[in-house]
Amino acid sequence: MYRDETHNVVRLSEVTKVFRMGTNKVEALKGVDLTIKTGEYLSIMGPSGSGKSTLFNMIGALDKPTSGRVFIDEVDVAQLDAYELAWLRCRKIGYIFQTFNLIQVMTAIENVTLPMVFAGMNRDEYTEKGMDLLKIVGLAERYHHKPSELSGGQQQRVAIARSLANDPAIVLADEPTGNLDLTTGEEIIFLLKQLSKERGVTIISATHDVKMLNVSDRVVWIRDGRIDRIEDRDKLKISIGEVA
Amino acid sequence: MKTSVERQVVLPWNQVVRISFNSIKARFFRSLITTLTLTLAVAFVAFTWSSYDMLNAIWPHADKSLQDLIASSGYELTEKGFGSSPKDIWLAILSVLVCVVGIINAQLMAVTERFREIGTIKCLGALDSFVVRIFLLEAVYQGLLGGVSGSVLGVLVATLSLLWKFGFAVVYSWPFQQMLSTIGWASGLAVFLSLIGVIYPALVAAKMQPAVALRAEE
Repeated sequence: MYRDETHNVVRLSEVTKVFRMGTNKVEALKGVDLTIKTGEYLSIMGPSGSGKSTLFNMIGALDKPTSGRVFIDEVDVAQLDAYELAWLRCRKIGYIFQTFNLIQVMTAIENVTLPMVFAGMNRDEYTEKGMDLLKIVGLAERYHHKPSELSGGQQQRVAIARSLANDPAIVLADEPTGNLDLTTGEEIIFLLKQLSKERGVTIISATHDVKMLNVSDRVVWIRDGRIDRIEDRDKLKISIGEVA
Repeated sequence: MKTSVERQVVLPWNQVVRISFNSIKARFFRSLITTLTLTLAVAFVAFTWSSYDMLNAIWPHADKSLQDLIASSGYELTEKGFGSSPKDIWLAILSVLVCVVGIINAQLMAVTERFREIGTIKCLGALDSFVVRIFLLEAVYQGLLGGVSGSVLGVLVATLSLLWKFGFAVVYSWPFQQMLSTIGWASGLAVFLSLIGVIYPALVAAKMQPAVALRAEE
């Protein structure tokens, strides 16, 4: 994969999302415009309840916006049927979650190879690639362990390997360090950064972990369902003082 | 980089069978609870039916004293034999009804527990039809296991109880073919009930937006 600075891998246009809770309406997103370039390492920062996770779900085509449009690789997600949407989630996007979300009844290697099974690869191909991916995240010798036999950090590594299964253009990480201790969290952040450099994958992570800032190319600050400000890395040094 | 979007392939049945079989094997004890509901209900139905089958088989060969004993044990003989009185039929229908409610409840719980897993596999590229097929197949396995074990148990208990009441006459005229067919249709009934129970929760689960399924509490 190569870097194409002019290519927009994700584009959001006036996206809103309203949740109905009984008679109450909660506006989680109030019109978000955002463009993300290929190969970027982008962090979405904001306090909990700011609409961060909702935005994450919109970018990942996991939920439908109430209004506005989401483009992934310049394809309008709303125009896709169920089969195309499943293909998009399978091939274009890799997901990493705060709670790891590995399939508890499957071993590490089965978890990593599942997206490749869905993609229609044959057994030899996916087993070989699955082992390669586990090697990359440093868990090759634990391929036969179930998630319950792995530590949090190890589970997140398996999840990272799984997210890369079909060589996606985008890896979406929702609070990837949220359930991990400080050092393990740093290791995971380092691993993600390394993968984005080596593979040219666009990494988008929703987080409120300040450690993420050091590795991000751009940081999107979200507050109350709107984009508060977007900062490039070179300008970031100054504002870190504000955060801490 | 390609900007077009292709269509996701539909997984062949052998893959679905493999995944669903491993899934049910891995949570064997959890699915045993669902299966047990089926076992008990089918055991009751098979017990009732096979008792009547055996009585019908014994009756023509029984001497007067055995016939008196059977009649005085509370079994009602109609022109068509034992087991065709309205009371018997109502009993069977009621037991099946109670079983359906139990199965729907058990399957609803089992599927709800797995919302997050469903959300995850949909993120990884699973089609709605894959989710439905997984649950239907698991229900078929549970139905078969519960049906066969339940009907065998029912027939066994019926035989033993009649043996206890009426002696070895039961063994001499044991209606082998009818027993086999009872086990057959009772197992079929169990698979059917299991499918009835799972179909609604499976459809609900498959249609969920991944984001909604992932928000579910574990």
